[in-house]
Amino acid sequence: MSQDAQAMLAKPGPDLVYREALDAGNFQIQQCGGCNQHIFFPRMVCPKCGSNELAWVKPSGLGSVYSTTVVRRKPERGGDINVAMIELDEGPRMMSRVDGVPPTEVKIGMRVTLKLIDQGEGKLVVFEAAEGGAA
Amino acid sequence: MSHPLRGSTAIVGVSTAGLGSCPGHSEMDIIVSAAHQALADAGLKTTDVDGLFSCSTVYSLATLSIGEYLGIKPKYSDSNQVGGSSFVGHMLTAAMAIQNGLCETALIVYGSNQYSATGKLVGLPEPDLYEAPYEPKQPPSSYAMVAARHMYEFGTTREQLAHVAVAARNWAKMNPEAFMRDDLTIEDVLNSRMVSDPLSVRDCCLVTDGGGAIVMVAADRAKDFSHKPAHVLGIGMAHYHRNISGMPDFTVSAAADSGKRAFEMSGMTPADVDVLELYDAFTINTIMFLEDLGFCKKGEGGAFVADGNIGPGGNTPVNTNGGGLSCCHPGMYGMFTIVEAVRQLRGNCGERQIMNAEVALCQGNGGRFSSQITALIGTESTL
Repeated sequence: MSQDAQAMLAKPGPDLVYREALDAGNFQIQQCGGCNQHIFFPRMVCPKCGSNELAWVKPSGLGSVYSTTVVRRKPERGGDINVAMIELDEGPRMMSRVDGVPPTEVKIGMRVTLKLIDQGEGKLVVFEAAEGGAA
Repeated sequence: MSHPLRGSTAIVGVSTAGLGSCPGHSEMDIIVSAAHQALADAGLKTTDVDGLFSCSTVYSLATLSIGEYLGIKPKYSDSNQVGGSSFVGHMLTAAMAIQNGLCETALIVYGSNQYSATGKLVGLPEPDLYEAPYEPKQPPSSYAMVAARHMYEFGTTREQLAHVAVAARNWAKMNPEAFMRDDLTIEDVLNSRMVSDPLSVRDCCLVTDGGGAIVMVAADRAKDFSHKPAHVLGIGMAHYHRNISGMPDFTVSAAADSGKRAFEMSGMTPADVDVLELYDAFTINTIMFLEDLGFCKKGEGGAFVADGNIGPGGNTPVNTNGGGLSCCHPGMYGMFTIVEAVRQLRGNCGERQIMNAEVALCQGNGGRFSSQITALIGTESTL
């Protein structure tokens, strides 16, 4: 293994770092030192420029609904749920959902703000309508 | 100067096997039946095959398992797995291998028993840390979000999506092999059970059993076979993402690039294409591919399909076998775009035959609108 590869793999991996911070109540994404772009999901290498200089940053927690769907399920399977593609104000998109409104009322363009909720032993990133509501 | 791969190879054998429901058979039974029948169609035997191409969601070492079963000892073997588009991609690799003398007779094959075995789409076992916690129904929810964005940006409607399903069904009615051949109206589609908004169950492809295979050889050998050869004129590949969260723009698929590459290699334009076989995993696929491949302008795909262009009697016939929506969808459908295209070029599609079909386009789709592979094939007159 080359020195550089050894250095890359010497630290805990990005999935683990992300998960530990999230479960401690901190949602973090990465920003590339090479091109300054924000990225999500967590990675070892920037998909925009190829740099491996990725730093963890705390995003604003604000974003917009880029797309949305209602996953139709029978009541006994948990009922209908929203799944949304959220575009964070920093740029990256992530799958999540919008809570606090019926799944069918989640609309593309809605401004949303991040909320961490408990799921099992860890945390889950969800969103809710931001103050001021629709875009 | 034309591309060295343009017209260098031809498809001389095709088959389908066990389409629809094929109970009592393993995945391998269907695969080897398809392989055997495509070789028989070409007048060849398994012992003639020296290039083997396949992939599977069940057999992770697909060509090894198939090679062992059939007693094929290939000089060249490829199991590139880019979802349902894989088999269209295998055509490109097979053309390269044949052109460079690495093999002479290439067999590309796929089969699945997932309708009889499980009744639902078989996925790939791999970790999905950043999407699975939100419990999307995959793949429909990914395609649903693409459809929702297309509707938001361009005003595409559910009725327009329904036209894709109805056109596919109208073709399927003329294909004895198609799984669903009963009447289907726009209202039926709109009123059918919602799966993941805005896609209803009739906007989603079938889950069926079935297999298919093709045999490719060098073009200069093609005239020695009994059927009219289908010449491989151009193939292009592209992918930008794996999961839907990574799709750069939900209104443009990588078919915009794969199509451009295939048209460049073939020296053709959309105006030259007589029949299209587009991987319609969902109704939105057909609309996106018509736009991305240049058959209509971006954003106008909905109106284009609603104007009756793609069904029987239309100017741009799409999915003449009934497609993944009404003919068959055994987990991965790409192979069936090729088989139907070849049958159209041979001119033996009976009632659904496109008159004087000289050029056919096959669009393979894989993953979540992820992998796009476009192939243009044509009769001898196109060389």
